Amino acid sequence: MSQRPSTDFRGRPVVAITGIGVVTSLGQGIADNWAALTAGHTGIHTITRFPVDGLKTTFAGTIDFMASPQASASDRTHLLAQAAVREAIGEAELPLDDFGGPLFLAAPPVELEWPQRFALHDAGAAGNDFGYARMLRTAGAGDWAEAMRSAEFANPAARLQEEFGFRGLPITLSTACASGATAIQFGVEALRRGEADRVVVAGADGSVTAEALIRFSLLSALSTHNEEPEKASRPFSKNRDGFAMAEGAGALVLETLDAARARGAKVLGFLRGCGERADDFHRTRSKPDGSPAIAAVHAALADAGGDETGIGCINARGTSTPENDKMEYLSLHSVFGDRLHGIPVSSNKSMIGHTLTAAGAVEAIFSLLTIRNGVIPPTINHDMPDPAIPLDCVPNVCRSARVTTVLSNSFGFGGQNACLVIAAEPA
Amino acid sequence: MQATAVRSDNDVLVTGVGLLSCLGEGVDAHVARLSGPDSATPVVDNDRFAPFAVHPLPEIDWSRQIERRGDQRQMETWQRIGTYVAGLALEHAGLKGNEAACGAMDLVVAAGGGERDQAVDEMILGSDVSRDARGVLLNEKLSTELRPTLFLAQLSNLLAGNISIVHKVTGSSRTLMGEEGAGVSALATAVARLKSDQSTQALVGAAYNAEHPDMLLSFELGRHLHHGAWKPFRQRGADAGGGVIAGSGGAFLVLETRANASARGARALAEVTAVAGGQATRGRARADTLAGLLTRVGAGDAQIAFGCSSGAHGATAVESDALSRVAPDAAQRFHANLTGTMRDAQFVFGCALAAAFLGANASPAPFVTGEKAASGEADAIAVAVAGTLRGEGAALLRRC
Repeated sequence: MSQRPSTDFRGRPVVAITGIGVVTSLGQGIADNWAALTAGHTGIHTITRFPVDGLKTTFAGTIDFMASPQASASDRTHLLAQAAVREAIGEAELPLDDFGGPLFLAAPPVELEWPQRFALHDAGAAGNDFGYARMLRTAGAGDWAEAMRSAEFANPAARLQEEFGFRGLPITLSTACASGATAIQFGVEALRRGEADRVVVAGADGSVTAEALIRFSLLSALSTHNEEPEKASRPFSKNRDGFAMAEGAGALVLETLDAARARGAKVLGFLRGCGERADDFHRTRSKPDGSPAIAAVHAALADAGGDETGIGCINARGTSTPENDKMEYLSLHSVFGDRLHGIPVSSNKSMIGHTLTAAGAVEAIFSLLTIRNGVIPPTINHDMPDPAIPLDCVPNVCRSARVTTVLSNSFGFGGQNACLVIAAEPA
Repeated sequence: MQATAVRSDNDVLVTGVGLLSCLGEGVDAHVARLSGPDSATPVVDNDRFAPFAVHPLPEIDWSRQIERRGDQRQMETWQRIGTYVAGLALEHAGLKGNEAACGAMDLVVAAGGGERDQAVDEMILGSDVSRDARGVLLNEKLSTELRPTLFLAQLSNLLAGNISIVHKVTGSSRTLMGEEGAGVSALATAVARLKSDQSTQALVGAAYNAEHPDMLLSFELGRHLHHGAWKPFRQRGADAGGGVIAGSGGAFLVLETRANASARGARALAEVTAVAGGQATRGRARADTLAGLLTRVGAGDAQIAFGCSSGAHGATAVESDALSRVAPDAAQRFHANLTGTMRDAQFVFGCALAAAFLGANASPAPFVTGEKAASGEADAIAVAVAGTLRGEGAALLRRC
């Protein structure tokens, strides 16, 4: 192991993973999540955070054990990210208050929320104005710093920067459902370009509010399996009917292998390649021929210094929407050919739901754990296979397997596709 | 750091600029206006959102850059501005409609969001129900009244999505968020990718719509807006609010490696020699942080400096102080005096102005009566930003 070269096949610094941290609706921390994930548990449940009367979908993978139900999406996102980052830096045995490298955070778009809008409006009730005019007047006349904070996009990253001692201008980014993978890609590129020796990359999403849920409902994207929410997320099943919105956070410490070795860090695995490709077809639907997703997979494989023959397992995007799962199968089949049917392709989203902005980071971590622990988490709720998607999706029960290289897919609304190759050894 | 630096194939050149603001559309309109006799005359609407002034969009024929009406309808104004200005930049670079080039081009966008449906929000705010019943009211009204496509028309990463759909730019797609700092990160990301051979062409930029009460509210929550009619920065007193006047508009740059630009015979307006971002934390003074960034990008010999301050009292002082320390000879110009702040687009707009002036061999006239005149044609222009609340950034552009 000590003979590993410090640069990859293109002469770029090898990127090592030295710390990971995660929070999902299954629990907080790597140990609890992995135990629940491999046991096939679900974190999807009926929502209690806000009234669900009149909603088409009444469940989600909310995280109710960390923040108060009144917390804003921004505060909740920050709290989830903070927990994941703390675990990752702690595991990497780096200082928790002086990390000394940059932060790349995938975070959901934020805005003023309804409780704050009502409060602003109520505060001006004595005036004879109304609506936005009134809110603008009361905003200028009072102290609404907390409301302001929750509507600033830069806020969660700025708070993390202060807490953990990140360097430079922290990056906050969004590529919708690909965001977590994009954050990792940003970090990998910074290390390869020599801009830093170590980085924290994270994706966090605590944005399950009534309005967010309704907005996805209006696009017909969510499952409406309200009677049995634990069975709602059914990736690759014939009766899949949409995704389960969920919250979560994942964080990784990435270092150049040289830097990790120099400080005697334990290397957990390698971020071997990233690939991306944007779709120009439609705002929510992918190109019928799947070419952007196919190009993203190819780009990731090439960046990792290999081809499709090196992939032992695929951590699918697998959202459980009728269209997405079909397109993912078609795209993967185009890349892997009939060899695809011999590769396990599992979807963590069957258990944790779609953690949106966080998904790419959370699923990259589960991909790494698959390699480290020799266990592939199952795709649960797989009672009715879809004959049009003949995948080995590791149905319902986890599987022991020696896996050295995982492909993790993230394809997003707005056409942003990103794929990662995570491996036990560098290229 | 000097003008005599060795040329490299990976130098990052600006080969296209798209600009839109209350001052007009395109490079020529902005250079003419800002170097001419009317340079210090603002275009402002003091009444529509009184007591807040805004710098409005000029009249625009959207279909010139967004051909399909169906596409136009899928975007709120800020996305439409951005998609339009991206088209201007591609056209200026001679790459519009070049599917091979656009299909390999990086796309890096700085974006916010917002522009809610005012009527729906006000219907809900005006409903006479008890506090306890508000949750159920929200479910009912939002489910029935929200336009399904509004979500996407406001979503941060969908400006990039729309640019991919309308202009077919698909090589990569990254959306940075975080107010003024997002613009710094966007430019830094694009430049770094070009310098390290990850890409040969990039489209980078941002857009902002000030003419919406929701957008004004996002500033006023922090009491940042100036109250009352327009005045130049220095006359906006602390007794009349926070100093910010917002403006609608956007800026996009086509960046290209020197090798790629030469190979296709493209005319370059300027070289972006360096970009740096930072965030003053743990008690470090913001002006010290910004001065450090300006030094790092080599701004010392700049003859002109664009400060991208939103007009917020503290931010303008930080920029002016840092620029005076690092580039003492530079004539300072704060464009938001005339265009209003475009928040996420402010920094790229400053860089686009710098490229426009370098490319035109022109110098900006005073933006406010009495400002120091710029001495002749500039070889180097520094761009500095101190965000309304946080985030500092600097860039240096040189004649090429």
